[in-house]
Amino acid sequence: MTATIVPTASTTAAVPPRRSARAVPTTRLVKVELRKMFNTRSGFWMLVSIGVMSVAAAGSVLVFAPDSDVTYSTFARAIGFPMSVILPMIAILAVTSEWSQRSGLTTFTLVPSRGRVIGAKAIATLLVGLGSVALAYAVGTVGNVAGSAAAGVDTVWDMSWSTAAQMALGNLVGMAIGFTLGVVMRNSAAAIVGYFVVSLVMPGILVLLAQVRSWFEDLQPWIDWNYTQVELFEGTTDTAEEWAMLGSTTMIWIAIPLVVGLLALRRSEVK
Amino acid sequence: MITVESLTRRYAGFTAVDNVSFTAQSGRVTGFLGPNGAGKSTTMRVMVGLTAPTSGSATIDGVRFADLPNPGLEVGVLLDASAQHAGRTGREILTVASDTMGLPRTRVDEMIELVSLTPTEAGRRVRNYSLGMRQRLGIATALLGEPRVLILDEPANGLDPAGIRWMRDLLTDFASQGGTVLLSSHLLHEIEVIADDLVVIGNGRIVASGSKEELLAAAGTLARSTSPRDLAHALERAGIPSTLGGDGSVRTDADPARVGAVALAAGIALTELRSAEGAGLEDMFLSLTADTQREGAAA
Repeated sequence: MTATIVPTASTTAAVPPRRSARAVPTTRLVKVELRKMFNTRSGFWMLVSIGVMSVAAAGSVLVFAPDSDVTYSTFARAIGFPMSVILPMIAILAVTSEWSQRSGLTTFTLVPSRGRVIGAKAIATLLVGLGSVALAYAVGTVGNVAGSAAAGVDTVWDMSWSTAAQMALGNLVGMAIGFTLGVVMRNSAAAIVGYFVVSLVMPGILVLLAQVRSWFEDLQPWIDWNYTQVELFEGTTDTAEEWAMLGSTTMIWIAIPLVVGLLALRRSEVK
Repeated sequence: MITVESLTRRYAGFTAVDNVSFTAQSGRVTGFLGPNGAGKSTTMRVMVGLTAPTSGSATIDGVRFADLPNPGLEVGVLLDASAQHAGRTGREILTVASDTMGLPRTRVDEMIELVSLTPTEAGRRVRNYSLGMRQRLGIATALLGEPRVLILDEPANGLDPAGIRWMRDLLTDFASQGGTVLLSSHLLHEIEVIADDLVVIGNGRIVASGSKEELLAAAGTLARSTSPRDLAHALERAGIPSTLGGDGSVRTDADPARVGAVALAAGIALTELRSAEGAGLEDMFLSLTADTQREGAAA
C-alpha cells in the first residue's frame, strides 16, 4: 500500500492566495483574556460579588462599628478582606478553566504560542487586581465620608500611602499565588483546594513547627508566605530585611513554581 | 494542502501514531478512518500543535501550524465539539474566537445564521446545548476566519439527518472552491458519499490510502449467475481464486472484465457482474482493519 495519496484525475482548483496574516497582537490577546474572565457564569458572579461585597462590607462597618472606629482604615480593611479571598479565585480560574472546561482546545489552536496566552492572562489578572483594589479604596472613601457624617464624627483618614500600597501589593501577591497554582495544577478544583491548603493549613503547620523546633523559628518568616502577607496587609513591611523576607517567600511560592509550571504547560498535551 | 511526514507519537510504553505519512490535497475532501483508538485524534492534535510529535512533522502548505501568524484565518479546526466552556453562551464563544482573530463582530451573526442556530439558542449557555448544537457551534468557530483548510474530527456526530446533509454540501462546496478538507468519521456511509480520498489508520499505522475509487475498486468483483458453483469452478480453473457468498454471489479480486471473459468461455450466463464497491467502504474498512479491531473477527 502506498503511504501517499496520488491525486487521480486532479480536480485541484486554483488555491486561493494565502491571506497576508499578521500575528495576533498582545493588546488584543489581553482584551480577549479579560473578556473571558467575566463572560462565563462563574466569572460574572465573581465580578458581581466583588462589587456587592465591597458595598456590603462598607455597610456593615456603618451599622456595627462603634463611632470611634468609623475611620478610613476600618473601611478599607473591611472591604479588602472579602476581596483578598475572591481575587485569587479569579486568578486561578483564569488559567485552569482552559483545561477543566477544555476551552484550551480552541484557545491554543487560535494562538499556538501558549507562553503568549499565559502572559496575556497574567496581564489581564494584574489589571483586574488593580481595578478591584482601586474599587475597594473608592468604596472605602465614600463609606468613610458618608459614615462619619451619619455618625456625626470627624472624618478620619488614618491610612498612610505606604500602608495603602502594601495592601494593594498584598492583594496582587495573593492573585499571583492563585495564578501560579493554576499554572502548576491546570485543574480548577485541585488549584482551589491547593490555594486553601497553602493559605489555611500550611501556615498552622509552619507556626507549630517554629514552636517546637527553635532552629525553624528564625527561618519561618523567610519561608511562610502567609507571614509576609499579614505584614503586607498590616502595612508593616518596613525594613530591608522584611522586604527581603517578602522576596524570599515570593521566590519560593511564586517565581520558582511558576517557571516550572510554565515549562510543563508549554510541553503538555491539550486534550 | 496538509502534509504529514513520518509522524510518530509515543507515550510511555505505547505508540499511538507510528510513522504516519499522507497528504490531504487542496480541492479534495480527504476522509480519515480508523477504529477507536487507532490514532486519528492524536494525529489531528499533532497537526494543530496541541500535542508535540515524538518525531516527524505535519505542515499546512509547507508551514508548521504553530508558525502560522494567525492560524484561525488559515485553518479551521474542530477537534471536539464538547470542548467548550459550559458557562459561556454560544454567541460569546464565537465572539471570543472572532476577537482573537481580529474579525469584525458581524462575522459572529453571519456564522450563527450559517450553522442554523437561532438567536435564542445562541444566547443560551453551552451546558444546555445538545451534541448536535455543539457541533454546529464548533463548525461555526472553524469557519469564522474563512480558512482554506478544514480539520474536522467527527463533525457529523450528533447531527440530525438534515444537519448531516447540510454538512455534506458545505464540505463539498468548500473543497470545490479549492479548499482542503480533512475529515475523520465513524459514519462510513457519510465518508463514502463525501470523500474524494481516503486514509485508513489502524493501531497507529496507515493501512491504506488513496482515492476512494482506487480503494473501493480494490475490493474486487461481484458476479452472480444461475449456477454460482459452476462459475466458481470456472474461475478456479482460470487461476482466479474466488469465494462463494451465501446469497449465491461469487466474489473475487480479479477485475470484472476478466470474470466476464471466463464466464463467457465457460458458457455460463451471468445475471450480474460489477465491481464489488456496492459492498462498499464498510467491508473494505473492516477487512483492512481486521487485525486491529477490538471485536477481532468482525470482518
